[in-house]
Amino acid sequence: MGSSTTSNESNDIPCSYIPVPDSPDAAGAAVEPRRQVKGLFVIFCGMLVLISLVAFNGYYRASNNGHEQASLAAALTKIIVEESGSETVPASSRWQQAASRGVSAGVSEKTNRLFSSSNSNGEMYPWNNSMLSWQRTAFHFQPEKNWMNDPNGPLYYKGWYHFFYQYNPNGAIWGDIVWGHAISRDLIHWQHLPLAMVADQWYDKNGVWTGSATILPNGEIIMLYTGSTNESVQVQNLAYPADPSDPLLIDWVKYPSNPVLFPPPGIGATDFRDPTTAWLTSQGKWRITIGSKLNKTGIALVYDTVDFKTYEKIEGLLHAVPKTGMWECVDFFPVSKEVKNGLDTSINGAGVKHVMKVSLDDDRHDYYAIGTYDEKNVKFIADDVKNDVGIGLRYDYGVFYASKTFFDDSKARRVLWGWIGESDAEYADVAKGWASLQGIPRTVALDTKTGSNLLQWPVAEVESLRLRSDEFKDLKAKPGSVVPIDVGTATQLDIVAEFEIEKEELEKVTSESNVDKYNCESSGGAAQRGALGPFGLLVLADDGLSEYTPVYFYVVKGSDGNLKTSFCSDQSRSSVANDVVKKTFGSFVPVLEGEKFSVRILVDHSIVESFAQGGRTTVTSRVYPTRAIYGAARLFLFNNATDVSITASLKVWQMNSAFIRPYNPDQSN
Amino acid sequence: MTNLKTITIFFFFLIAMTSLPSIIHCRTLNDDKLIESTCRRTPNYNVCIQSLKANPASSGADVNGLAQIMVKVMTSKANDAINLIHQLQRSGSSSQKTALSSCASKYNAILIGDIPQAAEALQKGDPKFAEDGSNDAANEATFCENEFNGKSPLTKQNNAMHDVSVVTAAIVRNLL
Repeated sequence: MGSSTTSNESNDIPCSYIPVPDSPDAAGAAVEPRRQVKGLFVIFCGMLVLISLVAFNGYYRASNNGHEQASLAAALTKIIVEESGSETVPASSRWQQAASRGVSAGVSEKTNRLFSSSNSNGEMYPWNNSMLSWQRTAFHFQPEKNWMNDPNGPLYYKGWYHFFYQYNPNGAIWGDIVWGHAISRDLIHWQHLPLAMVADQWYDKNGVWTGSATILPNGEIIMLYTGSTNESVQVQNLAYPADPSDPLLIDWVKYPSNPVLFPPPGIGATDFRDPTTAWLTSQGKWRITIGSKLNKTGIALVYDTVDFKTYEKIEGLLHAVPKTGMWECVDFFPVSKEVKNGLDTSINGAGVKHVMKVSLDDDRHDYYAIGTYDEKNVKFIADDVKNDVGIGLRYDYGVFYASKTFFDDSKARRVLWGWIGESDAEYADVAKGWASLQGIPRTVALDTKTGSNLLQWPVAEVESLRLRSDEFKDLKAKPGSVVPIDVGTATQLDIVAEFEIEKEELEKVTSESNVDKYNCESSGGAAQRGALGPFGLLVLADDGLSEYTPVYFYVVKGSDGNLKTSFCSDQSRSSVANDVVKKTFGSFVPVLEGEKFSVRILVDHSIVESFAQGGRTTVTSRVYPTRAIYGAARLFLFNNATDVSITASLKVWQMNSAFIRPYNPDQSN
Repeated sequence: MTNLKTITIFFFFLIAMTSLPSIIHCRTLNDDKLIESTCRRTPNYNVCIQSLKANPASSGADVNGLAQIMVKVMTSKANDAINLIHQLQRSGSSSQKTALSSCASKYNAILIGDIPQAAEALQKGDPKFAEDGSNDAANEATFCENEFNGKSPLTKQNNAMHDVSVVTAAIVRNLL
């Protein structure tokens, strides 16, 4: 951590100390009568004060305000972000031309022969309207056009799920942010409503930013959100429905005495945003947390309130983790150790663990940690400090940010929303007129079998979109093979698959000394062969396999015979176009004794969401094929391991559209 | 008494003459140090220094202000490229027609997408969107250059756009 004293280095220049020249008249003045000496002395002191005032003014303006002192200090002590693996790597390395992979060794002989026309030597692939319009999803939430980012204030009220979101009404880029609004009976079929809140007050003139809802025991809805004021100061504001009897909650009122919270002393004016849902303390007060940072330490501030209008800042921090940077979209909630249900945000006690989650500004990833909430000392303590918030587990190892949960008391579940940005170039977003999706809402619960991670799973209502299904039992795939899965078109699918490695072959495989050596993100993706992997499915593939997205397991056998499994999604061959992200995402996934390798994949045009081992590890990716689109998209089973065959059983459903559209009161729900 | 008056006036004058240059020099030294240290944290120190020093507003600007100046430099580089693209399109080189048209759409995206997003993000206080916009602008310039398969008439402009954008993104990183 940087020390702020270094920032004073630049101030320790000789000029900050005004050298006073010897007065040539000093000696002469001593001979003067005493009264004149005194007068001269007074005038001399006055001059000095004047000069030092002028000098101080000059110095002060040069160093600006205290906030800048802090960021200057941070800048002077900061280390440059590391290379590869980080999404914030300088452009040239982030967009490395996919070197001509030529023949992906061993994917299949069939592929070797057919794959001759490689367009991967720097030639640009022209996008046309057909390819771009294919990218729009059928059953993921997105507005009709323009830009969207963070989910805001999700809630369930009088029979409707409400979803609000950061929205730009003027273009396919981030800017002019206001609150969009949509409603649904089932978290899947959405209807767009008018904008809930716009930037019409001085305190949110520069942005009606992210916030959360709290539903009081009497049913009253409280919305707290961040406003960027007309001077770009981040403040917290209170809003509530104009008419609580309107189940559609169309109109919203901002509290006349907003803002209710200003950045506290020591916190930067632009480091104070995204208030959480409130929870009740044992003293009967409401408590919220707001993320921020001190130098490069991410922190969570705590406030108590009884009426959501005046707040008491609690001394100390709910939690802090060094070197994680600014904490955005903090979320803090209980999970049950005993039942699969979600818990109301205010629950605490035995049988309960707490989850702290943050979105890291530095790397655009969402991290969480499981631990204990010590209410008395207002502290969150992670169970595994080595994997604390921001340095341990992620909700999702692909594109997934600014996520937020809410407790759905109608079904006693905790539901997670996540913003899925684009992985293509801006000119494509401008051409297609929109950018960003929301992930399919997921239930979140503690994995009681491992105790050390959460389980995420698409909400059950998504299954109402399932149309006809095709089932395949015990398909065998030898090393280096690709097996077509005939389901007809393959752009809107719900896939549930299980894999087993041939036991006898597994036993013959030699152990590795370093069982942790495989890393999805730095690996060669599905083309990098190992003894026990990769194997899985190729989604959004074309017949000639010039484009495909492998979702796969990679297993390493350790010296004690134990297996360590990674779960990855490889975008490197997802498109022949060169202006899309081609990384491989993923992480380790716990596979317990007696479990098969299992995966669920939702394919919906340009989004692929994959859930391994019941949701222990998830990967969301955006893919932009140019050939594997519409009727040409296919599904394959593949096994690129060198030493083992695998047996796969899968069920594949065609998915209907969710017909997300503007609200029409004349139409039935 | 007039003797005393002259002495004090002379005295004041002396102090002013010796200290004022130091005060002015002090401020410039402070600003220079910020510009230099910021530019050292970018992949292209020279491009950074040249771009910032060319704009008088850079002296006295904080890091956010320096980033906003770089976004203005991005605008000027994008306009340079667009102007040359239009010129080449008018002079009717048919073999490069598709590539030029494609480049035009990429630079259009920079001008109406990346740059406004970056400027607004810096001005309103959510700098990560400025980093994204700058990174994308650098990519768009690279994509444009790749359109020509080695025979690009826009290499100078694309390189300038790329380098300036990459520097901007690096400066914004300090704000995260």
